[in-house]
Amino acid sequence: MIIGIDMGGTHIDGVIVANGKILKSIKNTTDRDDLFKTIWTTLQELIKDIDKCQIARIHLSTTVSTNALVENKVSKVGMIVQSGPGRNYDFSAAGDQVEFIAGYVDHRGVVVKEVAEREISTIKDNFTKSAMEAIGIVSKFCTRNPGHEKQIAQMLGDHFDTVTMGHSLSGRLNFPRRVHTTYLNAAVSRTFRDFADNMEESLKKEGINVPVHILKADGGTMDLDTAKTKPVETILSGPAASFMGLSALFSENTDGILLDIGGTTTDIFFLAHGVPLFEPLGISIGKHKTLIRAIYSTSIGLGGDSYVRVENNNLRIGPHRMGRPIAFGGAHLTPTDAMVALGKLEAIGKEQAVAALTKLAKQLKLSIQESANKILDEMVSLIKERVDAALAAINARPVYTIKELLEGKEVQPQFINIIGGPAKILAPLLAEKFHLKVKYPQEYAVANAIGAALAKPTMEINMHVDTQRRILSVPEVEIYETVGQDYCLASAENRALEIVADAALKLGAVKDNIEAEIVESNSFNMVRGFSKASKNIRVRAQTTPGLIYALKG
Amino acid sequence: MTKANNRLGLVFFPAFDWALSATHPEREERLLYTQDQIFEEGIQDIDGITFYNPGVASEKDIARVHFAVPDVASQLTQSHFIAVGGAIRAFQAVMEKEVDKSFALIRPPGHHAHRVVYGDRGFCVVNVEAVALERIRQDYGDLRVAIVDTDAHHGDGTQDIYWNDKDTLFISFHQDGRSLYPGTGGMEEFGGPAAYGYNINIPLPPGTGAEGFLYILDNVVMPILEDFKPDIIINSAGQDNHYSDPLTNMNFTAQGYAILNERLDPDMAVLEGGYSIEGALPYINLGIILAMAGLDYSHVFEPDYDAERLRQDAAITAHIEHLAQEIYALWKHKEELADEHFKNKKEVTRERQIYYDTAGIMEHQVQTFTLCEHCSGVNTIDSKNDKRAHIFAITLPRKACQECIAKAYAMYAGLSKRAYTHIYLQDRPKDEYLSK
Repeated sequence: MIIGIDMGGTHIDGVIVANGKILKSIKNTTDRDDLFKTIWTTLQELIKDIDKCQIARIHLSTTVSTNALVENKVSKVGMIVQSGPGRNYDFSAAGDQVEFIAGYVDHRGVVVKEVAEREISTIKDNFTKSAMEAIGIVSKFCTRNPGHEKQIAQMLGDHFDTVTMGHSLSGRLNFPRRVHTTYLNAAVSRTFRDFADNMEESLKKEGINVPVHILKADGGTMDLDTAKTKPVETILSGPAASFMGLSALFSENTDGILLDIGGTTTDIFFLAHGVPLFEPLGISIGKHKTLIRAIYSTSIGLGGDSYVRVENNNLRIGPHRMGRPIAFGGAHLTPTDAMVALGKLEAIGKEQAVAALTKLAKQLKLSIQESANKILDEMVSLIKERVDAALAAINARPVYTIKELLEGKEVQPQFINIIGGPAKILAPLLAEKFHLKVKYPQEYAVANAIGAALAKPTMEINMHVDTQRRILSVPEVEIYETVGQDYCLASAENRALEIVADAALKLGAVKDNIEAEIVESNSFNMVRGFSKASKNIRVRAQTTPGLIYALKG
Repeated sequence: MTKANNRLGLVFFPAFDWALSATHPEREERLLYTQDQIFEEGIQDIDGITFYNPGVASEKDIARVHFAVPDVASQLTQSHFIAVGGAIRAFQAVMEKEVDKSFALIRPPGHHAHRVVYGDRGFCVVNVEAVALERIRQDYGDLRVAIVDTDAHHGDGTQDIYWNDKDTLFISFHQDGRSLYPGTGGMEEFGGPAAYGYNINIPLPPGTGAEGFLYILDNVVMPILEDFKPDIIINSAGQDNHYSDPLTNMNFTAQGYAILNERLDPDMAVLEGGYSIEGALPYINLGIILAMAGLDYSHVFEPDYDAERLRQDAAITAHIEHLAQEIYALWKHKEELADEHFKNKKEVTRERQIYYDTAGIMEHQVQTFTLCEHCSGVNTIDSKNDKRAHIFAITLPRKACQECIAKAYAMYAGLSKRAYTHIYLQDRPKDEYLSK
């Protein structure tokens, strides 16, 4: 029995899933002033008549970290940045006090210039004086050699609330993103830790002794201890939960489009061979571009409650919402009113909706029915436009080998799955516009919570092997091993699968359930002085994203 | 978020699965560290910088420039069609105004590929810039173009292709041919009869540093470009003038390359040679990208950069100052000089030996340029190699007159297959390429 809870900005959903069936579901309102209470109340309602011993674990998607950022209730962060030669960066948005320091490591991880320890001591004093609470340390190419980050962290000691080191958050190369990711992690660290501690204590009091797993933006989970050190990964887990919910309601293994059409916005996701498509580098959180792995999504200001009007003789929908539909007591025309006028939806205010539509019809010089259909057609056209643009960008993602270029692998959707209020009404229109089959579930109200409940632990690692320097490194999991000069790609791939499986276990995966796979792998001959000297190997591995199991029926 | 001052298109295609041979400088690893640097510096996230995948060039694109013997398909590998396709995509991005400038980081390079192609020479089989340029001329019409080649080796292939084309100014600065492959590139190689003065070589002494390169740029290249007024400037961005390059003896730096690029202000750049793949390429390419995007590159340095050690010798400085004067004077007097050489001549011939170092082939060719009052004239190549090929190739230039067109077709029809292994006619006006 798994409990899944998804807390969004306005609603919190909870479900209990057992043996592939939903046993119980709840929907409550989020109390923004007391997020913990919101969760705790929902949890208590869920387990009221349940035998606590039957609970295997609790999966939680929270806005605790996101909320802290939005409301600016974050720690004061001092950043120590070692940028070496290269671009001239402005990191003023990534920290309350940002200090650039001397020293650097090159692209192979060779230390070119040491850290100036005296400089660090001065910075430590300054940070203390200006009451910095959390610290972030990032050096360029630290993923190749985290020595400087560790040395600086050691010098800072336990003097500050938390110290986040860049290399621990991602093994991917992108220094500015690493700086911003590290800053966010340090900034939300205490808020999230307080929340997690509170949760653990309360569960203990309640006599519930089960692991708590936290949803990440990539649609996977991590255990609570990991979440405390990498709270940045919990940011924007909501859309990921909704995506996983959609996946749980249908099981697919081809390319497809997933749509979540709400009142204000439509979220668009894609599946490639049944597996979620990720953001190429990481998610963006406000002005911060990060290295946090996340499910790709794009959003349009278009939904059932979007504002419909005529501008310069053209029909316009959205991107704003001006309140409720007229048919439900609002003052402005919406697509929902068109649905009501067409008799596709029941509402008490049908007359008012038709009256408003009559005015619009005159402006458009159409009949009422024609105008209502035009509104829905326009809505579907806007979705198609955005989907096509997103697909064009996805299919133009850079490749680096002749094989990939000539193969020209593309995402070619075979279906559309859709949830949300207008799903049933828009389904046939979407089918016609896209020439694809469209499915929508009967039960979607708590899809997010279902997604949270059925998510699996996910892990990605980036391995780098340099047989000349005889180093194998996987920064995300702090693995730095010595290898022989004859180390080869096959050994690296095997080791990467082992490491990623181990890491998934630590995140709370069940041993027999782990599917690890190689995502990218390359081996380069490093030639020095016209003879093959050594190898430079790069392997990216992950646990296959997906669900614990699909829902039955 | 950082925003580029110039919208920049990048075709970054390292061809990680292609090498000339396992230990050849032109191997999979060549752009690996450049990729690391570009990724780590977050270039992908700069607003205004767009990455494009290369397209794949067609055989016709190649035939527009080259006489590949026996034919295009047997001389080129996929890697060549893609390298050219990368440059074409980069050029198109500028022509379509998707971006202000573009840089194609592709491999293998191309500037040693002449019009006739028997095989690989200087790691080049097909002249990437020339094929891409002729493609955009075909699609977008006449363009006045300056190609500035900053590779340490003389761009002898590009020189050959544009030898008699007044609309394409070719300027190459390189390590003096007396001390480096391919050996050509003297000042006296000044262009064919229809374009005398539009092929400018600036042979620099070994040991030339940033000071010398920038002196030449400011005192020769920029003034000539001001006179020529090109629609487009293309930079053949070879990176082997770097002090750490294993194949050359120059002292240029990443900072220097970035400054040069900023002052030259090219519309497009295409990577050529450069084989200091760890110590130079990541920094030079980063410098060029930032310069082209109009961003601050003043912090781009090599790990072992030492200004003192790289200071240019006073004798070199003096030599370069003198050279600059001499070359600019030649440019200013090109019309008088052309008169001296070609007045009252009906045709001009040029006889050469061309060595294909990579493929191990020796070619002997005679080019004949006819002088025409109405156009730049039909020209032909009679070429033999030591592998028993003997070809005859006829070229009709882009703006050939009716008379020359008739003459070329008559010549093609009149040539007997018994005398040659292959006969070619390159009809640029009609964009048709015949062979028999």
